[in-house]
Amino acid sequence: MKTDDLISLLAKDARVRVGFGRVFMTALAIGVVISATLLLSTIGIRRNMAEAIEAPRVIFKLGLTLLLAITATRLAFRIGKPGVPLHSAALTLLLPLAALIAGIATELFVLPQDAWGPSMKGHFSAFCLFFVPTLSAAPLAAILYSVRQGAPENPGVAGAVAGLAAGGIAAAIYAWHCPDDSPLFLAAWYSIGILVATAAGFLLGRKILRW
Amino acid sequence: MRYSAREEDWAAWMRAAIAGDAPAYDRFLKAVTPYLRSIARRRCDQFGAPPSEVEDVVQEVLLAVHLKRGTWDVSRPIGPWLSTIVRNKLIDSLRRRGRHVSVPIEDVMETLEADRQEDGANRIDVDRMLDGLRNPQREIVRAISLGGAGIRETAERLQMTEGAVRVALHRALKGLAALYRSDRRENG
Repeated sequence: MKTDDLISLLAKDARVRVGFGRVFMTALAIGVVISATLLLSTIGIRRNMAEAIEAPRVIFKLGLTLLLAITATRLAFRIGKPGVPLHSAALTLLLPLAALIAGIATELFVLPQDAWGPSMKGHFSAFCLFFVPTLSAAPLAAILYSVRQGAPENPGVAGAVAGLAAGGIAAAIYAWHCPDDSPLFLAAWYSIGILVATAAGFLLGRKILRW
Repeated sequence: MRYSAREEDWAAWMRAAIAGDAPAYDRFLKAVTPYLRSIARRRCDQFGAPPSEVEDVVQEVLLAVHLKRGTWDVSRPIGPWLSTIVRNKLIDSLRRRGRHVSVPIEDVMETLEADRQEDGANRIDVDRMLDGLRNPQREIVRAISLGGAGIRETAERLQMTEGAVRVALHRALKGLAALYRSDRRENG
């Protein structure tokens, strides 16, 4: 085929029907709805959520996981768009990290030393270990699908960021069930689930995000 | 990146193209191709790929630009977007030809800004590529690229709606890009 023939072929397909932004948002919404439905239809929201939500630790847990979900998802979106600077979006990932460190410091300060261990262990760490990766599956599929429509420079990194975002979303959803509220618990157990999602994103990304 | 008048033209054409303006898109692609060719030629020279592969690389890059154009944010300059796509596809394409390469982005940008050479070679073995497509995609590609037919004409001849022809054409272009990738993996 002559290059000019290819060009005339491409020119006939000029219009972009659905832009990258819309693909991303739609897929993301579907992924989040599936995960939230999964939580609601299995273990549900914790029973005393109406009162619990006023407790500082619960607010911190919900806020921190949401902050991670938002900053990482925003980075995943930008990673799909070539030529868009990533530096500042990547730096915002330090926000949830800094908040977590501050939360841990505060907790260690307010709790007597013999309460540190039990707070970290919590009561339902096995639930957390199971549900955070499980709830991240649908958002991960959604974000990987969208980023695949985009043009990420480094498939592995893009996949890992997608996994981190999916893990953050899963954590933000699971936090509505989770009865363990200490930042120490967050740091010990949520982080493992989120890392699992990130690693899965990295491995999948290397395979499917090449273009 | 310096925001030249030429880049503004490209951006305006691409914006119109995304909204469905085929002639503007044609202008964009024809304007960009000579630059792509000169980058590709330089890279093939540098990495010892035969000159006969230059046009293959150009066509692969064009397909990538086409399939990824939805990721360009129309409110941003087009230069950085285009350079990134071109560089990544170039690396990918040359790597599949068995060469380890790194292409500095500044280099791509400079070329996109500077030299320009004309050429119009003939590379992909049309029949072999078309064989990889199914009907009606194959018929549509043949009619438009070789026969120079328009969408409406093609639709009438194949007794399809124009919308169906457009959808099939889009799929065919995705298919061509995939064929390129698999073809190189097998042979390269």
